[in-house]
Amino acid sequence: MNMALLIDGSLVVLILAVAIWTIAVRDSFAAVVGYAIYGLMLALAWVRLAAIDAALTEAAIGGGLTGVLLIRAAVRLRPTESVVAGEMPGRFVKALAAVLAGTVSAALAVVVLSLPVPAPTLAPQVAGHIASTGLGNAVTAVLLAFRAIDTLLEAVVLIFALIAVWTLTPDNFWGGRPGPKYDTDPNGMLAYLARLLPPVGIVVAVYVLWVGADLPGGKFQAGTLLAAMWLLAIMAGLTEAPPIRRRWLRGVLVAGTVVFLAIGFAGVPLAGAFLAYPEGFAKPLIIAIEAASMLSIAFTLALLVLGPPERSEHS
Amino acid sequence: MNAVTFYGLCGAALVGLGLYGLIVNPQPLRKILSFNLVGSGVFLLFGVVARRGAALGMGGDPVPQALVITGIVVAFSATALAVALLLRLYDASGSASLAPPQPVKPPEA
Repeated sequence: MNMALLIDGSLVVLILAVAIWTIAVRDSFAAVVGYAIYGLMLALAWVRLAAIDAALTEAAIGGGLTGVLLIRAAVRLRPTESVVAGEMPGRFVKALAAVLAGTVSAALAVVVLSLPVPAPTLAPQVAGHIASTGLGNAVTAVLLAFRAIDTLLEAVVLIFALIAVWTLTPDNFWGGRPGPKYDTDPNGMLAYLARLLPPVGIVVAVYVLWVGADLPGGKFQAGTLLAAMWLLAIMAGLTEAPPIRRRWLRGVLVAGTVVFLAIGFAGVPLAGAFLAYPEGFAKPLIIAIEAASMLSIAFTLALLVLGPPERSEHS
Repeated sequence: MNAVTFYGLCGAALVGLGLYGLIVNPQPLRKILSFNLVGSGVFLLFGVVARRGAALGMGGDPVPQALVITGIVVAFSATALAVALLLRLYDASGSASLAPPQPVKPPEA
């Protein structure tokens, strides 16, 4: 017990130390790298909190994709660094901000220390109804059966975010390819890894999706992994990001939501409610939604990282 | 005081740290980063609430855990949009400053 407490204590100290580093360090690039490390350590905290599904998501998105996104931005914004850093607010504003932040933290700490005992929980309700879904993973059951509407709306949010990013395209590049053209040494280490890793990554992603029904895993984790493999191949110069005007691309992006909605509406005549699954068909329908969503999520996340088009189709 | 409470206090501290960075750091990219710290602190608080709800052989209440997964993905898409806006601002104006532009002095007659 004491050993476990020691591990948890050190992990908390490490997380806070890296968080302070990302705020305090001068160089933005260092801060961003710190944030990626922070995401990975937070994933460990999720493991300690027995939330393996959240840990996988945090490691893949918090540490991985957000890291790539922010590192690219930090490199591009480097020329502005010294100018903007000079706009640091005065001592008075800093002190005021510290008092405000301290008050908020203290209030939250009081709340944490006075959480009700016994803790309210929906676990018994989930345990009572999970048999009707045919799934073994309670989190997947919540995501795709009990609270499926949240997951559906989330898929829509992802698409809206991508549309919003695309609206920032300069007029002359509309419909073009996102991201720069990567000229990487075709015999270099990056290109080598980009040939070696994707086959493994794709197999692991499909596995993570498949076991997600019964064990930790699912479409977000699998989709993020696929997105990472695609981004690796793009950034190594082995393939190019598709022009955003392509019909097939737009089809793939909305496929997950369309399948989700179609199965949802089919539930109205067949099972008596929107997003209700007919008796005995819950699991195959959920896996169909997950498979279609995984592809859409992978493409959406990768294109969110790449940003709006920066060049025309043939450049 | 048990380990779960540790993580709860950690989440509370992270929210404060992020809030401080959000106000004090003048660079927009650092503000986005700080905002993500606030978000992850909130998620960690969720994780603590979930862990406390462990029952019937489940390591935690699966409902808040599922909400956190949704939250992480939505937070990422918001971050991507914020970064895209920032890079567009830089491309369009050559600066990434959020300070109000200096008033242009009329030329001396």
